[in-house]
Amino acid sequence: MPATRIGARFTKNQAAGKKTLITFITCGDPDLETSLMLMRKLVDAGVDIIELGVPFSDPMADGPVIQKASERALAHHVSVGDVLALVRQFRQQDSDTPVVLMGYLNPIEHKGYEGFADEAVAAGVDGVLTVDMSLEESANYREVMNGAGLDTVFLVAPTSGADRSQKIATASSGFVYYVAVKGVTGGARADFVEVAEKVGTLQKQSTTPVAVGFGISNPQDAAQIAEFADAVVVGSAIIKQIEEQPGAAGIEAATELVRQIRQAMDE
Amino acid sequence: MNNPENIEADDLPDSRGHFGNYGGRFVSETLMLPLQELETAYLQCRNDESFRQQLQQDLRDYVGRPSSLYYAERLSEQVGGARIFLKREDLNHTGAHKINNTVGQALVALRMGKTRIIAETGAGQHGVATATVAARLGLECVVYMGVDDIKRQALNVYRMRLLGAEVVGVDSGSCTLKDAMNEAMRDWVANVDTTFYIIGTVAGPHPYPMMVRDFQTVIGEEAREQMQRQHGQLPDAVVACVGGGSNAIGMFHSFLGDDGVRIYGVEAGGDGIETGRHAAPLGAGEPGVLHGNRTYLMQDEDGQIIETHSISAGLDYPGVGPEHAWLKDSGRVDYVAVTDDQAMAAFHQLTLTEGIMPALESSHAMAYAVELAAGMKPDQAVLVCLSGRGDKDVHTVAALQGIEV
Repeated sequence: MPATRIGARFTKNQAAGKKTLITFITCGDPDLETSLMLMRKLVDAGVDIIELGVPFSDPMADGPVIQKASERALAHHVSVGDVLALVRQFRQQDSDTPVVLMGYLNPIEHKGYEGFADEAVAAGVDGVLTVDMSLEESANYREVMNGAGLDTVFLVAPTSGADRSQKIATASSGFVYYVAVKGVTGGARADFVEVAEKVGTLQKQSTTPVAVGFGISNPQDAAQIAEFADAVVVGSAIIKQIEEQPGAAGIEAATELVRQIRQAMDE
Repeated sequence: MNNPENIEADDLPDSRGHFGNYGGRFVSETLMLPLQELETAYLQCRNDESFRQQLQQDLRDYVGRPSSLYYAERLSEQVGGARIFLKREDLNHTGAHKINNTVGQALVALRMGKTRIIAETGAGQHGVATATVAARLGLECVVYMGVDDIKRQALNVYRMRLLGAEVVGVDSGSCTLKDAMNEAMRDWVANVDTTFYIIGTVAGPHPYPMMVRDFQTVIGEEAREQMQRQHGQLPDAVVACVGGGSNAIGMFHSFLGDDGVRIYGVEAGGDGIETGRHAAPLGAGEPGVLHGNRTYLMQDEDGQIIETHSISAGLDYPGVGPEHAWLKDSGRVDYVAVTDDQAMAAFHQLTLTEGIMPALESSHAMAYAVELAAGMKPDQAVLVCLSGRGDKDVHTVAALQGIEV
């Protein structure tokens, strides 16, 4: 599989001695226009990769903030088709920033892997992270997604043993996502010493860049994680800004938070 | 792709938890290790004589097994067809088949050294059965329940609290069983070191569909022997209700190899399949992935899980155990649906003719069994799994009649 936008972004950042900032937002929260505007503003604020959440009725791995974001999006029936249409719009002005769709398997399964992959690539999507797609079940999924040109990002958890972590890192393309805490998104702050150790092991095990997420909510924590990880993922903290202040004020607050995180990571 | 006709039910699931194309383990990575640990521990228990003895003793002395097989003579006469036999799971401790499974899983939890038990519940029967075994073993117990169900099943909520369990209301999504299951999964992911998650049905990620089935097969094993002893032969048909499908799997398994026995799983038809307001994923759903396994689901054109409807909270679930999905495709079991109204009629009929008040879940099985028996001959027999007693549903029944109790 040729280098994707994701691979290119990591290579470029590594050459510049810069860590990669990934942000998660739920597509269609509270509406599609806000998401599009937010994606563009986040890029302006220094985000490298956008994880765009595909809303699902049963987000088992998510804490209350992302659950509610999903519910707000689903209140007006945001579908996989709507998400792809939004990426297509985003691509009209931005052919550079990688976009990873993050969500749960059923909406993809319902569309069919092949149909989904082809449409996603056509829309300008670069990778997929499907939370409940385990390594064991993923052979066909990986074949189809990678075959279409999509990177497949998988999670490594604090409970994953060394052998398993290696297998997951190998199955991952683009980057591998280390889940900093046992728990759901937007939860407790991780023990960074332990995280650093696990990330170090992963970096030795494979050449795939390692991103760290779950429970990273402020510039200080992001900067600390960026000292050892290749990338930092922030999600719930951004969505919270949108939730607390609707409209332009929320977008501005989210953008400002990301600007500060970027700055702290680069210092 | 596996051809269902070439697989023997006894060989399933395979080592990765697959029943043909269904089942499996679709969870976030944090839960993969706990599920592997659970599978290992459970398989050790299953092969351990002392575990089996302890389980048997608990089922006999604490649950009250074997449950009786009852020939419903007056009902059979009224129907005027086949003889109707009831497997009386309603006579178990706590009033339903759910306890067969919670007793078993609690023993596994003890062997794994877990100190905290969590569970999801819809109607509250599984929650009560879990709180019961937790009280008996002195384990901390947290039960997740949708806030809508908490309102519908106030009596069971209070029972759980009396048993020392904490009942946590879930106000996300549709505020019912599926959301309670999501929340229990979120709790488990955050507390995997200390916590054992007792799933109440034959759904969820591997090994749950296999483990819960194994703990429930005692129903069919007993019933098969009792039919031969009391009726002189096997039944011509076996009927059980299917929500997640644990009582049904437990009843069906011993009869799957008996070609002369027709098997029927009865889903909740709600207001009628044609109205869309029902809980019949096998009858009107499509395969998909939810709660850790691939199975038939109620979903919309975008792959979102849709709200179900049934008068019976215990059947009000958008998915179904993966083994049922496989049995449907294989053609061995016929899955049918019964509406709220038909189930209510069966509830009253059994109560008045036999003095047995069935749970609204079990009333679905009764409704289909009565219809089936009417078209059969008097020398034939229908075996019904009477999975639970109806005391918990008296408020619902009264409300339908405009009576406040």
